[in-house]
Amino acid sequence: MIEDEFDAIVIGAGMSGNAAAYTMASRGLKVLQLERGEYPGSKNVQGAIMYANMLEEIIPDFRDDAPLERHLVEQRLWVMDDSSHTGIHYRSDDFNEAKPNRYTIIRAQFDKWFSRKVREAGATVLCETTVTELVHDAKGKVIGVRTDRAGGAIYADVIVLAEGVCGLLGTRGGLRKMLKPEAVALAVKEMHFLPEEVIEQRFGLKGDEGCVIEAVGTTSRGMAGLGFLYTNKESISLGIGCLVSDFAATMESPYVLLDALKSHPSIRPLIAGSEVKEYAAHLIPEGGYKAIPQLFGDGWVVVGDAAQLNNAVHREGSNLAMTSGRIAAEAIVKVKSRNGPMTKRNLALYKQMLDRSFVLKDLRKYKDMPALLHTNSSNFFTTYPRLMSQAAQNFMRVDGTPKIEKEKATTAAFIKARSRWGLVSDAVRLAFAWR
Amino acid sequence: MTIPVTKSRVEDKLYQNRYLVDPGRPHIKVRPHERPSANLLALTRVCPAKCYELNDKGQVEITPDGCMECGTCRILCETAGEIEWNYPRGGFGVLFKFG
Repeated sequence: MIEDEFDAIVIGAGMSGNAAAYTMASRGLKVLQLERGEYPGSKNVQGAIMYANMLEEIIPDFRDDAPLERHLVEQRLWVMDDSSHTGIHYRSDDFNEAKPNRYTIIRAQFDKWFSRKVREAGATVLCETTVTELVHDAKGKVIGVRTDRAGGAIYADVIVLAEGVCGLLGTRGGLRKMLKPEAVALAVKEMHFLPEEVIEQRFGLKGDEGCVIEAVGTTSRGMAGLGFLYTNKESISLGIGCLVSDFAATMESPYVLLDALKSHPSIRPLIAGSEVKEYAAHLIPEGGYKAIPQLFGDGWVVVGDAAQLNNAVHREGSNLAMTSGRIAAEAIVKVKSRNGPMTKRNLALYKQMLDRSFVLKDLRKYKDMPALLHTNSSNFFTTYPRLMSQAAQNFMRVDGTPKIEKEKATTAAFIKARSRWGLVSDAVRLAFAWR
Repeated sequence: MTIPVTKSRVEDKLYQNRYLVDPGRPHIKVRPHERPSANLLALTRVCPAKCYELNDKGQVEITPDGCMECGTCRILCETAGEIEWNYPRGGFGVLFKFG
């Protein structure tokens, strides 16, 4: 089918693949991008929040024509029990700036736009093409790919694996290990459509302002998990994700959790009367710094979710994907510009550049967080949320009980649930994992 | 306080989605077995599209038509060889309208 040889083949047209393909093509490299979906975005799922700064680094004037939903002016972090939520809300008019910092997006639409930019930059984008295997030379260097289309292998100097969280090619090609169930979360979400003005009324928004809610608590039924609600222009993305290992151990059904979240008294009024138009499921890498695999080798680099680059604490992923794609591309362009071969030794430049970026600096900072949250999930996701709700209610409710007795009861409840030593230990370990 | 118990019908959710099924080419297969392992059995509950079901002999079967290609079953069962997992052919499978 394609007889040509390319400077680079990018596998996948998600955030990292598009960033890599755009960066290389716009600097004159001959790029082929392969995508298994009918159109770029048709296989991609995200919440989704897009971070402007990282896209600006790639396409500075993206605001002119990118399909953006709402810019975020408010973030609500909730701890939920079965009947309540306790929250920290941050809303600031400072986020109503000329170049807003964060936007909600709808991936299928956004990815189509990004892919158009990739094609305008000069890359060849081929959809409906599943890459079935990597092609190696006698010395084991990756030199091309085979696809499910008729015809032979397609060759390139370097292959950028932007194949997403499942990473079939890399794991089957022996480039990295299979994901562990405790290092990956399964998230399900629904798209709830509502008139624009209803969303604005319910969340106190005007114009393109947006609000997001992220919540931990009993909604994940003791599993390590997170619920989320993101406002789009005329829809709400609502979902919940928990670790795959926890799902397997508890045999909970993700759609049952999602329906329970929808009927929670704090969520139900926000989506009342909506029309659901899609149900999606996707995996999210949660292993953090310690789960990052080998990032480069002879003739290949891996970027984005396939490289497990996801900051679970800050719920950032697409920006790490875009940045890793851009940096890998810049490293490749550099090697190419000095006529260097795409060897493991030369491609180590990608890792060096990534080490100096926020991507690996942030993941290093939280390297102990997954182990802490994942091994004590019922404490952090059920016990403490319940205690917080009781403490808050005890504080708010005026019933003639002397305040000193109320305070004693709250303290006693915490000690009864976790013991003095447990409380101190949880606090110390959390502090250490955070620093 | 009570949360109303609603029976979750995943079929109603999947009905909203767009698929292009590749007839006669299931992209996931379950290896024949006498008794399913704990992980394979868990798929009957954990698969977000409820593709896995227990037959009357107590074995796990799959109908991958509603599959959203998330990869959860692959994470849980591929290493042990209990399932064979591939992406659908290019252009086939789930086609997210919003994603």
